[in-house]
Amino acid sequence: MAAHINIMVGGEAGQGVQSVGFILAKTLARGGYHVFADQDYESRVRGGHNFYRVRASESGMAAISTEVDILLALNEESLDLHMRELTARGVAVFDSEKVKSTDDGNTFGIPLEKLAGDKIMANTVALGAAIGLMEYDLSVLEEVLREQFGTGEVGKNNIKAARAGYEYARENYKGDFRYRPAKTGTNRRMLVSGNEAIALGAMAAGCKFVSSYPMTPSTSIMEYMASKADDHGIVVIQPEDEISAINMIVGAGYAGVRAMTTTSGSGFCLMVEGLGLAGITETPIVVVDAQRPGPAVGLPTRTEQGDLQFMLTAHHGDFPRIILAPADVEECFWLTVEAFNLADRYQLPVVILTDQHLASSYATVDRFDLSKVVIDRGELYSGDTEDYKRHAITRSGVSPRAFPGQGKALVVTDSDEHDESGHLTEDAGIRTGIVSKRLRKLDRFGSGKIRPRTYGTAEAETLLIGWGSTYGALHEAVDILKSEGSGVRMLHLSRLYPFPAEAIAKAMDKVKTVIVIEGNAGGQLARLIRTETGREVDSKILKFDGRPFTPAYIVEKVREEGV
Amino acid sequence: MVKLADYNGLESAWCPGCGNFGILSAVKNALVELELEPHQVLMVSGIGQSGKLPHYLRCNTFNSLHGRPVPPAVGAKIANPELTVIAVSGDGDGYGEGGNHFIHAMRRNHDITYLVHNNQVYGLTKGQASPTSDAGFVTKTTPHGAAMPVNPLALALVSGAGFVSRGFAGDVEHLTGLIKAGITHRGFALIDILQPCVSFNHKNTYEWYRQRVYRLEDEKDYDPSDRLAAFSKTQEWGDRIPIGVIYRQERPAFEEQLSVLNEGPLVNQEIIPDRVEKLLDEFL
Repeated sequence: MAAHINIMVGGEAGQGVQSVGFILAKTLARGGYHVFADQDYESRVRGGHNFYRVRASESGMAAISTEVDILLALNEESLDLHMRELTARGVAVFDSEKVKSTDDGNTFGIPLEKLAGDKIMANTVALGAAIGLMEYDLSVLEEVLREQFGTGEVGKNNIKAARAGYEYARENYKGDFRYRPAKTGTNRRMLVSGNEAIALGAMAAGCKFVSSYPMTPSTSIMEYMASKADDHGIVVIQPEDEISAINMIVGAGYAGVRAMTTTSGSGFCLMVEGLGLAGITETPIVVVDAQRPGPAVGLPTRTEQGDLQFMLTAHHGDFPRIILAPADVEECFWLTVEAFNLADRYQLPVVILTDQHLASSYATVDRFDLSKVVIDRGELYSGDTEDYKRHAITRSGVSPRAFPGQGKALVVTDSDEHDESGHLTEDAGIRTGIVSKRLRKLDRFGSGKIRPRTYGTAEAETLLIGWGSTYGALHEAVDILKSEGSGVRMLHLSRLYPFPAEAIAKAMDKVKTVIVIEGNAGGQLARLIRTETGREVDSKILKFDGRPFTPAYIVEKVREEGV
Repeated sequence: MVKLADYNGLESAWCPGCGNFGILSAVKNALVELELEPHQVLMVSGIGQSGKLPHYLRCNTFNSLHGRPVPPAVGAKIANPELTVIAVSGDGDGYGEGGNHFIHAMRRNHDITYLVHNNQVYGLTKGQASPTSDAGFVTKTTPHGAAMPVNPLALALVSGAGFVSRGFAGDVEHLTGLIKAGITHRGFALIDILQPCVSFNHKNTYEWYRQRVYRLEDEKDYDPSDRLAAFSKTQEWGDRIPIGVIYRQERPAFEEQLSVLNEGPLVNQEIIPDRVEKLLDEFL
């Protein structure tokens, strides 16, 4: 069989594009495949054009491909738009009674709606047909359908529709489509989205309070946690606005619970004031920014890495913060766990930067090993006297925390500059001492924590640098370039601040050409590298069309740089 | 036994004669009379002269941003419902900058007490008009006179607050009673406090208020559980200004409805990563 198979489901909003795509992804994952699936949708509930891409492989990968082996076109527009993406032996499935067949070797018309018996399940017939074309194990699909739709009437009808599509494809398909992904084993991996992995990470880390205002593409984090909250000791609240959201979690964090808010760029704009409040009151909070293209409303359902520079400097005045950007679904889980530990240890806001692509993409990952989850609440006050000093000046800058109402200690803090006991002051000496103490906290930040990852040819002359969700595409691009005889090296950052300046400078100094690859128009990582290392990158591959990077796109652009 | 002296905080920086002193005394009295220890109390304030009040007390204190005392107060209350949480604000802070939080906290009915020092003027920034300044009130920023004021009590009533009241900083004994009633009320309790500003509001002075305020408790026929009667009362402003409980009707507080809190305060609930184990199965 082929190393990879790429399946696309296309249709309009309301046709079940997403659910068909997800069921397909789950079915392939159940067969032992590594799966990566992403969705491309418009900001509307009905109509328009949406598609869902499922990529399955016997080995791991975390990027999409623009090639399509099977296209399940639920409407004519999908056929028109995506036929050109079909591979030479690919096949496009469509409803033969609704769309005039172009009848070339790559099309396969099926009376979807007729076989389904109704409009709603035409998509399930297409799903069955895809399984038939691949000669994949139909019982796996049936199992997944049962889980999704239940054992009642709806589940039974869907299975019936899937069988009809499967059988029709097996009997009538005469083309030379030859991708045959057999069930490879029983290794059950989890199929998780970036947002779900963040939610699970937060829950494993003991996040007990979430206050979020719904905003695409972050919303499914709060939705997932809200659905599980009652059984897991969590309170999820949807407040009146993002200002309230972040101020609420600062209050909860102050009172001693791990708290988080989730949003996207322009929602974060409203939170900036609250970020500084967490900074000056030294309250641990975790803020997830699932980026989308801006400014303002921008492209609501699309992807971008355009908030990095904003995150670095959001708010006035100097205070420490930590910015993390998970590389993939797996890291969404582990970095979220770590974010809560870092927030508690350094008593500051930690920002997790993802983007629409990572937030809503599904990937197979090995089951998260919860025995590896470490909970570190940082330094806690052990005394029990009323004269406790919340902001005691220490060598490390970290002042042991007490929680209000948990003993005699009175916990006093202020958004005004304050003295060690937390009361407002305008004293010049105290101001200098307290600001320095706050900034000193990250001096201890281990350079070994969340280090940049490198991959590729060790002695390569070209270094590709990326951050966050582009990891998978970069990784695969490096493999492709190597297979074509061009060895390059990649360096990927999941921790943006504090910036690992020494490691980056060292890696840059070893090569002839440094190319930064990022999903924004301004070259924001390149600017950060210059600020932190004094070094200029040689070239930038920037993408800001709202669509994710693909390995092929990176290879093409790197080639244009003369590699 | 808790004593008034237990609540003595830093020396104040308010102007001599400020209405805030009366409010500070009433807060101390109420806390002592309710036998609350300083470590059981959390005061969350905003920015303005009112925001400094917790510093002049001695208890847990979170002095938040301008207009934002309510959201952190709510977050802290949910994290630890055993705390007596009192948010302290002013007319600019609470009814202007924080207007949206005000409305929605009442709608959700969080179990906090909200003291709003209402002096009808901006004190900290030296004399600009506030959302409650009387219409026509001339200041440096409103040379043609202020627009119509917001009616915080009517707003509270339509927003679902279950305890809507008004106090007067010049009547400490009465205000003490109101604060106690507000703290013991289950759910959101608003206490709008008429507070003379001796530096910047030369219209709404102690004398001006004294000539007008009357205690609702003295009105034998007034029924504070009657919402429509309460609404009429909120419209009274002029020669006679009512103080006291304008409306009181308990309904379940937000925090009471959180089944998660039956296990005790969130802050005391242990973190157990393994609790997520079963959820992982759902992704296989």
